[in-house]
Amino acid sequence: MNSLFLLRNFPLFPDEGSTVARNVDGLFFFITAVSAFFSVLIVAVIIYFFIRYRRRSETEAPQPIEGSNKLEITWTVIPFGLVMIMFLGGAYVYFTMARPPRDTMDIYVVGKQWMWKIQHPEGNREINELHVPVNTSIRLTMTTEDVIHSFYIPDFRIKQDVVPGRYTTMWFKATKPGKYQLFCAEYCGTNHSGMIGTIYVMEPADYEAWLSGGAAEGSLASQGQKVFQDLACNTCHRSDAQGRGPVLDGLFGKPVQIQGGQTLVADESYLRESILNPRAKLVMGFEPIMPTFQGQVSEEQLLQLIAYIKSLGAPGEQQQQGSINTPQQSNQRPTSVPTSAAGANRGGAPNSNQANTGAANQTRTPARQGNREQ
Amino acid sequence: MIDAASMGGDLPVVPPKDNYINRAYSIKSWLLTKDHKRIAILYLITITFFFFLGGAFAVMIRLELLTPASDLVQPETYNKFFTMHGVVMIFLFLIPSVPATLGNFLVPLMIGAKDLAFPKINLLSWYILVIGGIFILYAVVAGGVDTGWTFYTPYSSTYSNTYVMAAAIGVFITGFSSILTGLNFIVTIHTMRAPGMTWYRLPLFIWSHYATSLIMVLGTPVVAVTILLVGLERVFRVGIFDPAIGGDPILFQHLFWFYSHPAVYIMLLPGMGVISELITAFSRKNMFGYKFVAYASLGIAIYGFLVWGHHMFTSGQSIYGSLVFSFLTYFVAIPSAIKVFNWTATLYRGSISYDTPMLYALGFIGFFLIGGTTGLFLAAIGLDIHVHDTYFVVAHFHYIMVGGTVMAYLGGLHYWWPKLTGRMYPEGWARLSALIIFVGFNLTFFPQFVVGYMGMPRRYAAYPDDPVWQMLNVLSTAGASILGAGYLLPMVYLPWSMRYGKYAPSNPWGATGLEWQTTSPPPTENFEETPVVTWEPYEYRPREEKVVVNKILPTD
Repeated sequence: MNSLFLLRNFPLFPDEGSTVARNVDGLFFFITAVSAFFSVLIVAVIIYFFIRYRRRSETEAPQPIEGSNKLEITWTVIPFGLVMIMFLGGAYVYFTMARPPRDTMDIYVVGKQWMWKIQHPEGNREINELHVPVNTSIRLTMTTEDVIHSFYIPDFRIKQDVVPGRYTTMWFKATKPGKYQLFCAEYCGTNHSGMIGTIYVMEPADYEAWLSGGAAEGSLASQGQKVFQDLACNTCHRSDAQGRGPVLDGLFGKPVQIQGGQTLVADESYLRESILNPRAKLVMGFEPIMPTFQGQVSEEQLLQLIAYIKSLGAPGEQQQQGSINTPQQSNQRPTSVPTSAAGANRGGAPNSNQANTGAANQTRTPARQGNREQ
Repeated sequence: MIDAASMGGDLPVVPPKDNYINRAYSIKSWLLTKDHKRIAILYLITITFFFFLGGAFAVMIRLELLTPASDLVQPETYNKFFTMHGVVMIFLFLIPSVPATLGNFLVPLMIGAKDLAFPKINLLSWYILVIGGIFILYAVVAGGVDTGWTFYTPYSSTYSNTYVMAAAIGVFITGFSSILTGLNFIVTIHTMRAPGMTWYRLPLFIWSHYATSLIMVLGTPVVAVTILLVGLERVFRVGIFDPAIGGDPILFQHLFWFYSHPAVYIMLLPGMGVISELITAFSRKNMFGYKFVAYASLGIAIYGFLVWGHHMFTSGQSIYGSLVFSFLTYFVAIPSAIKVFNWTATLYRGSISYDTPMLYALGFIGFFLIGGTTGLFLAAIGLDIHVHDTYFVVAHFHYIMVGGTVMAYLGGLHYWWPKLTGRMYPEGWARLSALIIFVGFNLTFFPQFVVGYMGMPRRYAAYPDDPVWQMLNVLSTAGASILGAGYLLPMVYLPWSMRYGKYAPSNPWGATGLEWQTTSPPPTENFEETPVVTWEPYEYRPREEKVVVNKILPTD
């Protein structure tokens, strides 16, 4: 690890700014070492043969050598074993990247030719800048209004394509405060190389101070609630189960039975699809009467709506949930409700739910089901 | 099989009175020829033109990247440069490079046939390439394309305002050229081998072209259909790839890479075949582990179809899908490694000469080691997430395609130049150019690994104003100038040698292989009488000393 430490100050090597960076670099050094060893070995052998067996007379006719099965097996099996180690290493690092921990803080990203639009749950918005607290697991839920982009932070060693028409997610935990470069890594047209930005990793207190400086429109969930009312969603989706649409309270993250008998989990992607293409996966027992909202809501409004639906915890489950998650929450996000959002509808609810969204749906669902059975 | 006279040297060399070049001189006799050797020359001229066109775009790219700011040209112009560089180099140079020129010339000669199975289709495939090339040239001249050679949707199908359709039609058309060439090779190798030319007596060049042809025939239709679908969506707004009209942009990536990853092996396998010929000829040894090398080609061709998803680790595809693709990608590494080990072992106790083609072969192995081992980095998913779409990838595939394929192509061109033209190239100049190319190439592309790992994304007209990044880019541009000079040299001395070079004997290298048993250049019919093969491949030991009964070889 000493060598790693030295390289951190080496000008030709990127900074290690996240928890996964060190694993990625470890893998990099392992593959470099194996590759360099074999390449140098082969080149040395070739050069030796070139000199040792150079042609000394024009009529030389060397003895033929047919080959050797033993050697063939040797140089098949050894490289195979080594590349399998690389495969496992790559898979291990990838799994830590692809699977966020339970307690993430959710931030929403919308790409657009050629800018990054960021929405914080507290309602703060930024463009081409992302402020995050240090040592906190951040989960980004991302989509784009036009072409494919890719959210890339080299110092964090993470990258995720941002695809129109769907949500992709990525997570990271920055390990030290500072400024980090953000790039768009998927070619997206004329000003692709201008679609860059800065990640500001801050001490938690600085982050809270920064949060309280913005968000005049209230929290993301409260903005979503306004959209919800503007679009008159609340005429059908009522919390008293008397509406023509399913009750949305406590829906997020729970299993839903759809027509055809299939069961799926109501995650961000499902909510998004159900707003834009309601008949695709209709909830069991409901008529296909909901119109599409394609073209009527922007990607940003969709994310607000989803944040709002997430914030709608069913009464009675609230305490259960809280008791499960409180320890992590208090560790990771001491005061995530900024004063500006405090007065918003169900001010406390977004946070308890939001802290949950990082949990893989699979792990969370059984607990919820258990709650229901009680 | 080899005697001192055929090795050149002492006897005065007289050019053959009748050969494929002097049979007729009219332009019509070239443009309507059915002779595979003349068609190979037509291809050679065509792809050389496209190589320089693609190279000119590369020059512009490197010049723009001398400074961090986008100051030489507008970003949209830069985007067109790298797109046209990729489109021209891949579809009009690299894919036809070795198979359409050297392959076309040598496949019938090496198996003892008079021509390919379908000579008219062979000529047709050249015309198709030219027509496709004209569409692409039109796209260039009319104003360019800016989608990247990958044509990712929905940018290409909806958002780009450039000449996407002309370029896409060009790519669609050129696909048929390689389908027909592949078909021709497969049928020829199956049905037209000379008496005694069994499968295990085929030169490895033929094995690798057979494997390549399989990919051409099975893979190319997929990209043709995919490009057609992009056109349908662009012109008629049929929702296939654009989610705004009900399509799936990731579907395009699956279809595109299903062809375009195997296409890497269309570019590489024929080059590996060339290297097998060069290594054996210039060490006068039979190939160590012939069957392993032969089947490695087929293994690469088959596995190559199963790994396309490794281009999409960051696309949001299923994480378990990524796992499977990563696993299979490491499988492809094995046959490639087997080839390198066998080439190395072939040199053992050989009689190694340092002629230019061997220097190119040596360069190929060096570049292929770096290009191949950096592929191991990219196959490790957790690492690929970081370096995907950065200059690390750019450096990696240039090491494979330019360092590998172009080195093999130039090495093969020098090796068979006497057979193609009946003249020798100037050895001193040729060695110098090989050296310049080796140095220039490394200087151009090695710094890109470094700046890539530091995070510089590809396809960026401007990059952050960081002195280290700029230094690495300046090195790269400096290397590119050297590399360019290295490529220009053969373009001068090779044509020069056609008029002023020494006459080449039938077999200047003392190599085995049927192509060296006919005159240089060969007659239109290739052989005066059909050869009968009674020897094993690469039998460099004079036959008198060898026990040929029952194929048992003398023990050392």
